[in-house]
Amino acid sequence: MEDWQNGGFGLYLHWPFCASKCPYCDFNSHVAAEIDQSRWQAAYLREIDRVGAETQGRVLNTVFFGGGTPSLMEPGLVAAILDKVRATWPMGNDAEITLEANPGSVEAGRFRGYRDAGVTRVSMGVQALNDADLRRLGRLHSVAEARAAFDVARGTFERVSFDLIYARQDQTPEAWAAELRQALGMAIDHLSLYQLTIEDGTAFGARRAAGGLRGLPGEDSAADMYHLTQDICEAAGMPAYEVSNHARDGAESRHNLIYWRYGDYAGIGPGAHGRLTLGGVRHATETELAPLRWLKMAEAGNGETVREPLALKDQSAEYLLMGLRVAEGISLSRLSALAGSELDTKAVTGLQELGLIIQDGDRLRATRDGRAVLNGVTRELMA
Amino acid sequence: MTELSQIRNFSIVAHIDHGKSTLADRLIQLTGTVAARDMKAQMLDSMDIERERGITIKANTVRIEYPAKDGKTYILNLIDTPGHVDFAYEVSRSMRAVEGSLLVVDASQGVEAQTLANVYQAIDAGHEIVPVLNKIDLPAAEPERVKEQIEDVIGIDASQAIPISAKSGLGIPDVLEAIVTRLPAPKGDRDAPLKAMLVDSWYDSYLGVVVMIRVMDGMIRKGDRIKMMQTGAVYGVDKLAVLKPQMVDIAELGPGEIGIWTGSIKQVRDTRVGDTITHERRQCLEALPGFKPAQPVVFCGLFPVDANDFEPLREAIEKLSLNDASFSSEMETSAALGFGFRCGFLGLLHLEVIRDRLEREYDLDLITTAPSVVFKLHMKDGEVKDLHNPADMPDLTFVDHIKEPRIKATIMVPDEYLGDVLKLCQDRRGIQLDLTYAGSRAMAVYDLPLAEVVFDFYDRLKSVTKGYASFDYQISEYREDFLVKMSILVNDEPVDALSMMVHRDRAEMRGRAMVEKLKDLIPRHMFKIPIQAAIGGRVIARETLSAMRKDVTAKCYGGDATRKRKLLDKQKAGKKKMRQFGKVEIPQEAFISALKMDD
Repeated sequence: MEDWQNGGFGLYLHWPFCASKCPYCDFNSHVAAEIDQSRWQAAYLREIDRVGAETQGRVLNTVFFGGGTPSLMEPGLVAAILDKVRATWPMGNDAEITLEANPGSVEAGRFRGYRDAGVTRVSMGVQALNDADLRRLGRLHSVAEARAAFDVARGTFERVSFDLIYARQDQTPEAWAAELRQALGMAIDHLSLYQLTIEDGTAFGARRAAGGLRGLPGEDSAADMYHLTQDICEAAGMPAYEVSNHARDGAESRHNLIYWRYGDYAGIGPGAHGRLTLGGVRHATETELAPLRWLKMAEAGNGETVREPLALKDQSAEYLLMGLRVAEGISLSRLSALAGSELDTKAVTGLQELGLIIQDGDRLRATRDGRAVLNGVTRELMA
Repeated sequence: MTELSQIRNFSIVAHIDHGKSTLADRLIQLTGTVAARDMKAQMLDSMDIERERGITIKANTVRIEYPAKDGKTYILNLIDTPGHVDFAYEVSRSMRAVEGSLLVVDASQGVEAQTLANVYQAIDAGHEIVPVLNKIDLPAAEPERVKEQIEDVIGIDASQAIPISAKSGLGIPDVLEAIVTRLPAPKGDRDAPLKAMLVDSWYDSYLGVVVMIRVMDGMIRKGDRIKMMQTGAVYGVDKLAVLKPQMVDIAELGPGEIGIWTGSIKQVRDTRVGDTITHERRQCLEALPGFKPAQPVVFCGLFPVDANDFEPLREAIEKLSLNDASFSSEMETSAALGFGFRCGFLGLLHLEVIRDRLEREYDLDLITTAPSVVFKLHMKDGEVKDLHNPADMPDLTFVDHIKEPRIKATIMVPDEYLGDVLKLCQDRRGIQLDLTYAGSRAMAVYDLPLAEVVFDFYDRLKSVTKGYASFDYQISEYREDFLVKMSILVNDEPVDALSMMVHRDRAEMRGRAMVEKLKDLIPRHMFKIPIQAAIGGRVIARETLSAMRKDVTAKCYGGDATRKRKLLDKQKAGKKKMRQFGKVEIPQEAFISALKMDD
């Protein structure tokens, strides 16, 4: 049986509301005119009680407020949730508590409150350091506002990270390199750098389907930009520890590492997923997606809609696809214990010869080139 | 038995969409042959594919009873013939079974190439021809101009052409009267020994093989012992019937009559269309002039997508062969595609119809390889071999020369598109034989290699003429040319299913087009893939498909594990739709798409 402590134990809390919906976003986020935060507070607390009862005694390593825009939450709401969390699970002194924040001036005003509530780390959605592109990405903040909010954040929290989106419309590699260097000048020890992906079901997806959204880079220039990003970040001492995440040694997001190391995590809030070992069996859990329906279900005692035991082969597939995203790679013995068989030697050798993966004792890692085509590498290894 | 003078046998000649089936439906309806509640559109086209494509594939017949204005009731036998060039053979034999034809021409479109070919067959068979102008109620109808065109192009008198609208029923009674008054009655001697022509045959799962005949002389009755003069086989007549269009039993058939019989015949191959049927005891002295059996001219490989479907495919092909003697098949093994069949067809439409039926009626997923014609290999030792599959091309040192089938193609097109049509024919190694005008329409006659036509010529013709051209062809001869086998190598491995015979002068162009197409059709792999076209050991065109450079999900967190896993499972299933060649996976559709030329 898999030991759930393999990858640690974290708690994810989903706040589903945003001030406006970004055209590239396919996350579970909604714009609502009025939100009764006290009602939401009661629901979250009730869900924490429910999940806590099932995972009693486990040490909780991390908490992550994701969204949506969690920086729309009142500091009092965050405080009430974190008080409840601490009352429910034992937590170490070094517990990582992250909150995703929008880099606007209003949010910056709440930062102190979040810190007092126990938040140790913020991850800011800066997205671009160029006002024209921020508008194209549908963001409400300006570069100046983002910089100001970032300065407030770094004066408030121990740890601050921010996100940028690249491979944007009409973005040249030179322009991106310059922007990335500016970002590295701002960054403390962690950066998330995402290639713009056009998802179906988003405003951008619809625009592209209608023949719009021109000037997006093709596969080759997207690859060039990816490798340029790696070069610049490595030179700045912030190598990728995951496909899109860069950090100085020791500054990695510990919460996200739980996902990639395929540890246990509980998901609370609308549309939150979890992986929980319950009664010795790994389960996939999901909660109700629609905010108001979730609210009612949580108030009634259970916001969960899916709870399925995961077949070992599905667990091995998930470990493989998550684990190869991180630079440290996967443990082959853990993988084969889950899969009940070894990886196909021919596929491993073939990918190794192409320089896409490296086997080093019990560990199998994707190289930098391999991470650029990780979907293909994973397909080959799973076949 | 019906008096000869009260029988009329006829067929309808028309271009596709000019209203042949609608007119047949009206004749059936107006004479009350089929009760109104049983009427469905295109009564005589019984296969789904026939109704869907609006074409007739098998000859069908219907016996209509018509009380004419002279007070007598006539028996009218309509043989509905296929309109498409692929089935010209079916047309020719049906024509021999009747004495007259209705020539249906769309009054807004005029005479088309297919009409020409079929009407000449009718003239060859000695038919009396009654021109009928259909769709006369359309605003674009130009009856006078079309009459002139019929006289100019076909050379028959059109002054008495009957204006009709098969859709609304206008003019249909006039057509019925004309059949009686203008078409000749059949001739024959009821006291002579039985002489009947085998017009068609098909397989019926309840009755076995059903044989359609036209009686020339003598009488045939249920229980008779009859003999097929060509095969020598003897059968008992178990069932004798006429088609209205459903089977209605009848005691006897005499001269001029058309009907069907069954006699425990196992497969359609045991019957020869054109054979003469007579009595075992009292035989006629002279058989009717025979017909050549139809020869398949286009071959392609049919392979199951899932190797486990080979047995079901074999069974399905056997069942279809029971009913279609012109479709041939033999087992084939391809290094790339595994076990399948090399099948021969009368033409491309025939190929498509058979493939559709296999996929639809037998629920099979098939890979169709590029259609190829039959080349004649004249070996140095004097032997002549048929080459059905370019993959089987022997070592050139043993081959003296190669001949390929040529066709005589007739294309009719409004003159504004003529330039494009001539260029297309030129590009396909065509030699112009004739170019004439009838009004604003041109008629171009070309000598073309069949190999250049089988694949996408018709599609190209339709696209360069916006659908206004009509096209028909007949095989003319086999002729020597400088032909070579072009192989395609993907990642240095030859892909036999993509090899083809090409003219040496066009090899570079075809090779270049093929490798460029394949480069787009094969998805990027983790490694770069050379794609080459070669003649023997010499590479004539080369492209390199770059290795995949970027394929990774930017964001993948706790909520994405399930979705990503399911996506990978789906892609794994999708891989089954690809064929593995060495280390390379080629999607099924590539085998056909790679050959389409966008010239």
